[in-house]
Amino acid sequence: MLTILSKDSMTVTREQDVVPCRNRVKEVAVKIGMGIVNQTKLITAASELARNMLRYANGGQVVIEVVSKGRESGVRLTFADKGPGIADINLAMQDGYSTGKSLGLGLPGTKRLVNEFDLKSIVGQGTTITILKWKNG
Amino acid sequence: MEKIPILRMGSFLLVTIQVDLYDRLALTLETDLINMVHKTGARGVLIDISAVSIVDSFMGRILGNIASMTRVLDAETVVVGMQPAVAITLIELGLSLSGVYTALDVERGMSLLQTKLGPNDELVDDDADDTE
Ligand SMILES: Nc1ncnc2c1ncn2[C@@H]1O[C@H](COP(=O)(O)OP(=O)(O)OP(=O)(O)O)[C@@H](O)[C@H]1O
Ligand SMILES: [Mg+2]
Repeated sequence: MLTILSKDSMTVTREQDVVPCRNRVKEVAVKIGMGIVNQTKLITAASELARNMLRYANGGQVVIEVVSKGRESGVRLTFADKGPGIADINLAMQDGYSTGKSLGLGLPGTKRLVNEFDLKSIVGQGTTITILKWKNG
Repeated sequence: MEKIPILRMGSFLLVTIQVDLYDRLALTLETDLINMVHKTGARGVLIDISAVSIVDSFMGRILGNIASMTRVLDAETVVVGMQPAVAITLIELGLSLSGVYTALDVERGMSLLQTKLGPNDELVDDDADDTE
């Protein structure tokens, strides 16, 4: 069973919010004793998702949670926006697919960097992406 | 507005990134560097990212852009000092940084540039900082 040990949230509405968002994620990762490599992967993933939210949905909300399951603890992040949504999720998850003339690495790359990745999106309503990185994951 | 200083060392330019860059600062650095290379005729650019703890796809793209733009201006870019955790993350993210030279530290980056540029440019650099 997953237990939520702490919960914090912030809004990301401007490009300048990305660095503070990364710092908040880093704080909790350090607090649970996550190693530097996993920390870096998690923060990079957070950075990608925060950027996507800004770029494609004009921003949104980030929830930062410390969770535990048995003896393992981890950080769970939820990025929720009320943007246009993603019509074809399979396509968006492909390496190299981008509607923003970019590298199309953000979503598939993020999935590789974390232990759990969940994307829910409804066209016209928004997108919610939840990622989880275990301390020793 | 905040700016990242660009140092001139002989025929090279050295940029040390000390903070986690937010987008506008990174874009400003990109234009400033290109202008500097053009103005000074620098043959090499060293970007020291040893203090940078996160390189995401945006930052990676900026580094790639700088490398290809400086190449058009007949200069080479070397990214130096990437932290191991950053390197591991970049690979997993899928960012290959192809076309960007990398070196462990500034000194090795310099010698890499010198090898790339050949003996003539090495002389130019010699009077700048090689006094032994
Ligand atoms: N929050 C979102 N709302 C709506 N569409 C999104 C959102 N996030 C991603 N997308 C869509 O999914 C595509 C793929 O996203 P991904 O992050 O993988 O690539 P990118 O942002 O285009 O490029 P990169 O992240 O490499 O700079 C985007 O081009 C965009 O069309
Ligand atoms: Mg993206």
